[in-house]
Amino acid sequence: MPPAMPPQLWPMRSDLTRERLLTLLERMWLIRAFEEKASELYARGVIGGLLHLGIGQEGVAAGSCVQLRRDDAVFGSHRAHAHAIAKGVDVDKLMAELAGRATGYCGGKGGSMHISAMETGFITATGVVGGNIPLALGGALAARRAGTDRVSVVFFGDGTAQSGSFHESLNIAALWGLPVVLICENNGYAEFTPLSAHTNVARLAQHADTYGIPNVTVDGSDVVAVYDAVAAAVARARAGDGPSFVEALTHRLRGHYEGDPAKYRELSELEDWKQKDPLARYVGYLEQSGVISEDGAESPAAERAARQRVNGAAERALAAPFPDPSAVATQVYAG
Amino acid sequence: MTVATIRYIDAINSALAGEMKRDDSVIVLGEDVTLGGPFGATKGLSEEFGDDRVINTPIAEGTVMGLAAGAAMLGARPILEVMFIDFITLAMDQLVNHAAKLHYMTGGQAVVPLTIRALCGAGGGFGAHHSQSLEAWFLHVPGLKVVAPSNPADAAGLLRSAVRDNNPVLFLEHRGLYWRKAEVTEDAIPVPLGMASVARQGGDLTIVAVSKMVEVALAAADDLSDSGIEAEVIDLRSIVPLDREAILASVRRTGRLVVVHEAVTFGGIGAEIAAMAQEHAFAHLVAPVQRVGAPFAPVPASVELEKIFVPGPDDVIAAARRTMTAEGVR
Repeated sequence: MPPAMPPQLWPMRSDLTRERLLTLLERMWLIRAFEEKASELYARGVIGGLLHLGIGQEGVAAGSCVQLRRDDAVFGSHRAHAHAIAKGVDVDKLMAELAGRATGYCGGKGGSMHISAMETGFITATGVVGGNIPLALGGALAARRAGTDRVSVVFFGDGTAQSGSFHESLNIAALWGLPVVLICENNGYAEFTPLSAHTNVARLAQHADTYGIPNVTVDGSDVVAVYDAVAAAVARARAGDGPSFVEALTHRLRGHYEGDPAKYRELSELEDWKQKDPLARYVGYLEQSGVISEDGAESPAAERAARQRVNGAAERALAAPFPDPSAVATQVYAG
Repeated sequence: MTVATIRYIDAINSALAGEMKRDDSVIVLGEDVTLGGPFGATKGLSEEFGDDRVINTPIAEGTVMGLAAGAAMLGARPILEVMFIDFITLAMDQLVNHAAKLHYMTGGQAVVPLTIRALCGAGGGFGAHHSQSLEAWFLHVPGLKVVAPSNPADAAGLLRSAVRDNNPVLFLEHRGLYWRKAEVTEDAIPVPLGMASVARQGGDLTIVAVSKMVEVALAAADDLSDSGIEAEVIDLRSIVPLDREAILASVRRTGRLVVVHEAVTFGGIGAEIAAMAQEHAFAHLVAPVQRVGAPFAPVPASVELEKIFVPGPDDVIAAARRTMTAEGVR
């Protein structure tokens, strides 16, 4: 057994400013509102494709990305709307992309699973489980080669931890000391089956021990815990001290994709997780810590603003033109 | 400009060094590349450019391919060596699903200037996992470019163009050509991607060949010439983009076409070229298009079986004669 990581590698409860705390709240509400709107539009049949929503996982995306610099590179999983919004993409262009419109980030060629907003540092998502980790390593290598302190952050689910690219990537990230933060969103289900049907490994961060990568498992429904864990990881990467692995225990409150009734999940399990709703918990935390004023207006205001924002985004997306037919075979090659 | 007689592998080596000198963002990655790789293509690069630009990788083809693509997207210009193309099977997700498609999927935002040097081809009895010619797989993937030089000058020139291209380019080097020598100018002029060359002029039939099969086609053409048949030999050089005009112009002139590749005939690039000829030059064809390739089998290890497996001049001559005889003429 490799030695356990010294606890001082993970200083918890960093001093978040009030402004940053409220930004986290706004970002989480924006993700929640966006995902619920996407779900609604999908149910109405006005947007298509294959939507993997991150309702219930907002804390991981927001806690991780809100602290990044614009020039840090984020690589999302197939459940990436939250990662992209947390990194600061324009929800107008994101919703338009989901709707297959010309005004989307990728001109309608990417869709839900291939979002890219390079100008914001959200590089790409992936439709292949584990496909994004090697790309993130490459981004980290390029950043180091260019003499910058840019950091790569990659999100993946628990189903990824059994794949070859996961293990190959952890090995190389550690071997080369790459400035990458590996974030495992362990929501307990790999597609339709529980993690226990995929592996005997109880704590996925344990894999990082094998490769000598500092790691921690945090409550992914606690956005501040995620923030702190990722802050330590980002600082390590930025200082040139190599990769870190953060396992965030979380849950998706929807099915694997929209339309999946998730009959494989006990209702009691879903109810348990609803009790841990990261947004409600965070609002409670803010109330207790006195960040939210006595009338408690901040959270409803953030929710209203977020819903208004995504309603507008949806209206504009659905009013936007579809791509010109000529676009079907353009941008196959770069000039 | 100095002209030197150098080997195909040295042409690759000097093109790598030249591009690394020209552009600081060029990096070389692969298994054992600091030691020169299995045949010496990357020899001396590590000493000249340092270990942060010439990077040995673990044996993890899939992740290394994706890593190279990710680095390419974010400012580097990687050249990845795949020790044997047979191992590219391990990297198909990263190459086909990611590197090739990222530019399109991102609506043009991501640019992936990645060169993949893959050693291919049979010879020496290396067996079914170190000998294949798999170019047809990649012909079918929008977003990839595929080149296969047949001689030292093109090896240097195409490699330089591949590295400067802003797309993933699969550079197929036939290890059976490594020791072939020819004159190459010191600072090789980049050969544009997508341009075939006429390796031999002739008016009676067109032989389109690729990679090591160009020398086989030329040997066949010499033999045919002895019996009064003058074959034009077109060296494809680029498979994607395909120089359709060069092929069609020749076919329209000769009316006869033989396509030669070392890969398995069935489903090979010969099928695409034959289809193209009948679509666009049907009226000019006076005989059915002939294809020459390997039998529908894995590459055998026994050198005697391997000799039978790999097409030789006699196979090309026989195919050429079929296009010239009464039975082949419509």
